[in-house]
Amino acid sequence: MLLTFDRVQKSYPGGRPVLRDVSLTLDRGQTLALTGESGSGKSTLLNLAAALDTVDGGEITLDGTALSQLDDPGRAALRRSALSLVFQQFNLIPSLTVDQNLSFHARLAGCHDPEWSAHLAQRLGLSDLLQRYPENLSGGQQQRVAIGRAMAARPKLLLADEPTGNLDETASATVLDLMLSLVADTGAALLLVTHSAEIAGRLDRRVHLSGGHIA
Amino acid sequence: MTLAVIQALASHWRAHRLQLATLLIGLALATGLWSAVQAINAEARASYERAADQLALGQYDELHNASGAIPLSQYVALRRAGWQVAAVLEGPLRVNGRTLRLLGVDFVAYPALPAVAEVEQSETPPDPADLLTAPGRLLTTPEVQPLLSTQPGLPPVLISNSLPPDLILTDIGVAEVLLDRPGEISRLIILPGQPGSVPPLSEIAPGLQRVAAASQLDTAQLTDSFHLNLSAFGLLSFAVGLFIVHGTVGLAFAQRRGMIRTLRALGVSMRRLVWLIMAELSILAIIGGVLGLVLGFFLAGALLPDVAATLRGLYGAPVSGKITLQPQWALAGLAMALGGTFLASGHALYRLSRMPILSGAGLQAWRSAASGNWLVALAGLAAIAGGVLALLLIGGLVAGFIMVGGLLVGAALVLPYLLSRVLILMQRVAKGPVAQWVWSDMRAQLPGLSLALMALLLALAANIGVGTMVSSFRLTFTGWLDQRLTSEVYVTANDDQQGLRIAEWLAPQVNAVLQIRSVELAHPSGPLFLYGIIDDETYREKWPLIASVDGVWDQVLDGSAVLINEQLARRENLWPGDSLALTQSVTLPIAGVYSDYGNPTGQAIVSMPQLDAIAPGAETRRFGIRMDPDRATEMTQRLRERFDLPPRAVIQQAALKAQSMAVFERTFVVTSALNILTLGVAGFAILTSLLTLWTQRLPQIAPVWALGLTRAELARLELLRSVLLAALTAVFALPLGLALAWTLLAVINVEAFGWRLPMFLFPADWIYLFGLTLLAAAVAAALPAARLLRLPPADLLRVFANER
Repeated sequence: MLLTFDRVQKSYPGGRPVLRDVSLTLDRGQTLALTGESGSGKSTLLNLAAALDTVDGGEITLDGTALSQLDDPGRAALRRSALSLVFQQFNLIPSLTVDQNLSFHARLAGCHDPEWSAHLAQRLGLSDLLQRYPENLSGGQQQRVAIGRAMAARPKLLLADEPTGNLDETASATVLDLMLSLVADTGAALLLVTHSAEIAGRLDRRVHLSGGHIA
Repeated sequence: MTLAVIQALASHWRAHRLQLATLLIGLALATGLWSAVQAINAEARASYERAADQLALGQYDELHNASGAIPLSQYVALRRAGWQVAAVLEGPLRVNGRTLRLLGVDFVAYPALPAVAEVEQSETPPDPADLLTAPGRLLTTPEVQPLLSTQPGLPPVLISNSLPPDLILTDIGVAEVLLDRPGEISRLIILPGQPGSVPPLSEIAPGLQRVAAASQLDTAQLTDSFHLNLSAFGLLSFAVGLFIVHGTVGLAFAQRRGMIRTLRALGVSMRRLVWLIMAELSILAIIGGVLGLVLGFFLAGALLPDVAATLRGLYGAPVSGKITLQPQWALAGLAMALGGTFLASGHALYRLSRMPILSGAGLQAWRSAASGNWLVALAGLAAIAGGVLALLLIGGLVAGFIMVGGLLVGAALVLPYLLSRVLILMQRVAKGPVAQWVWSDMRAQLPGLSLALMALLLALAANIGVGTMVSSFRLTFTGWLDQRLTSEVYVTANDDQQGLRIAEWLAPQVNAVLQIRSVELAHPSGPLFLYGIIDDETYREKWPLIASVDGVWDQVLDGSAVLINEQLARRENLWPGDSLALTQSVTLPIAGVYSDYGNPTGQAIVSMPQLDAIAPGAETRRFGIRMDPDRATEMTQRLRERFDLPPRAVIQQAALKAQSMAVFERTFVVTSALNILTLGVAGFAILTSLLTLWTQRLPQIAPVWALGLTRAELARLELLRSVLLAALTAVFALPLGLALAWTLLAVINVEAFGWRLPMFLFPADWIYLFGLTLLAAAVAAALPAARLLRLPPADLLRVFANER
């Protein structure tokens, strides 16, 4: 098992619970859609899986490592090496070119492969945009760069938070196709948060969160 | 409706209290430093005016004698011939270890003096006869009165508020006794309303020279340059403070673009909004200005004693050491705060007023305003070129200041472009992803920080420039003292007879006894002190000549030429080969020019026989003694004991040098204080920029954190970024500071003080300043970095939240 949530609990700073005894698993190479209403705790669950936040109770295990046992540098190291993230807002680094953004995560992780990066750029249709800055790209192009950045590090787990939420229908379909094909090619597992039943339908499994529980 | 709009606008400051505090502190610092300098200048000028008004200085023509004192017989002859003249005797009076100026005037003949009028109109007026008959009365300020009261043997003291500081006014008869100069007159004042038929001056008193009121050097004129320098520094501090205001107001306006758009959509006209924002800015300017005035008042109070000591030491200018609050000063300070605020906000306000109703609410527009684009850099280059051209084409003190202004403003405008180019280069050569990100992110941050960095550049350049000037001056001054103070011991006898006895006694015991004899001449260019020297190797070997003809010493010592000091040379454009008229009948060619730092008046040197011919009977009270330095202490003691001389009448070279250096160091206390304060303001500008930019940093930092850098690493990088930018700015400040130093030394000093100093470089000082800059930048970035270190992950996660 690549990712395990075991009776995970998380509350907001004011004490209001967001996740209550959530348990789920994700196999290597498997894709999982996480759906739910706004405020149901989808993003919180994703952030916990990404070691961006810590649990209040229970345990999360990623590739055999219990996240609660890691300190801040340990969690940062895990984010660099074992997983990648794609956000709805793209969150590219505005001061770096497309080329530099594409390779940034892989270079941080120490696994930069120029050939693989070039291949990704070509697959994602970014070959002609490499010297541009993010502010000069469309939303769809920016999200393709974000996917390329995530996949360049060959992660075991890709976490995506509403990756098509800011895109129009055409761009959304293109981005999703590219992401799913790359995940399939690299054998990475995917945990994707979405509101869309259609997108959720294209993944291996679907989990619905409601009121902090898995429905 | 207006009230609702005001509430909406004010809500921004409630939500951004730090920004409000920054704005007010920026305004207070700008106004405070400027007002402090203005208060000092105003106080000094008020003192000069008081002195001139109270003593009628420079209002009437005067009669001077080339040999110094005017014989009583000539005064009597003039009066008998119908000349309406008033006698004045002045000199230093030592009271309880403090030297005061005693001015004896003919109370009967002298024009009505306000100090006398004030005393006569007081509740207990003295009998007029008491002022004129023994023991007489001393009029002085309340500050000096306690000093005189404890000294036995002095006449009763009357207090007057109408006198300059450190001055005692009395009848000339009393002054003769106290100064022990019976029958002497320092100068005669030619009173208004002379009878038409008086015989000409050349008939009755041929030795006296008439000096027109207009040609007398007035203290205010003498010290103008000093005050101009202070004002320039104050203006620089003001400008640095305004950078903070400009940055903060610009950001506040950018952050309110969304609110402005909404208000306009709700039906509020742009005209009304602009007026309300201007009113808001005015209120903030007045609050900041008042805070600045309070700061300036205390700062001026702290600095004034040193300025007063400097002005007394350099120019003999009477300045009170206490600051008084004057309404016009406060109003001028508030006007500067208001003017500065609108100057610093004008561009942002204009852009806001032109903002289309459907424009975006982002900060992009604000960021691009300060970016290092080449047009701004070009404007900077034009400003520098303008300054250089002004110096080449116009020349003079004003051109010097235009050059300094052009250099500083131009370099500040060019800085963002230069930094941007360097950062691009560094990003290209950077190897690792983090290093690449750091350089690129620094460049992205540049627009928001560029104003603070400009302020830092100006402060550093001023530090380097003024520091180089002061250190060059110190080095030159020390060398000059070594050359000028060649005698091991200096003696001042009580009178001529004692002087002769001392010289005779010393002659067989020492290597040489050098007479120091001088007279004050009334020269058309102002007071001229003429010294006589005897032929001695000391002069030939050590006198600091900066220009001379061949055989200079032979010509001077055989009486056929004169040496003049640099001040006189530059003021009158007299150089070796020209001639100088010492009296109506004696004109000598100039054989050389010597440096004479710190002396505001003209000076000339001739051979001793020549001096005796020009001014027979000049006192021989002072001597320089050349001897084995190891015996100097013993000889000092023996001289004091044998001739009953007070301690200050026999001074060793080392003590005299120490005194001179102490006066020198005190001269630059104010400059150093303003230097440090300006650097402090620049450091504060960086801090405020970093804090105001803080909210914009999270979206840039959070993705990097998510990709695997810890908050501790990011905090360290934040610190490093600030330090690197400050370091780069410091590197650019070095050539600018040196250019500034050159302008100060080679242009402004020459025009303002009349002497030119060689420029020396002080790399150790630069390294110290560089270290101080890095420290200031690190301290400024420490707070944002500490915030980042302690930032809860939830705050960083908010950046990624979809439902923002």
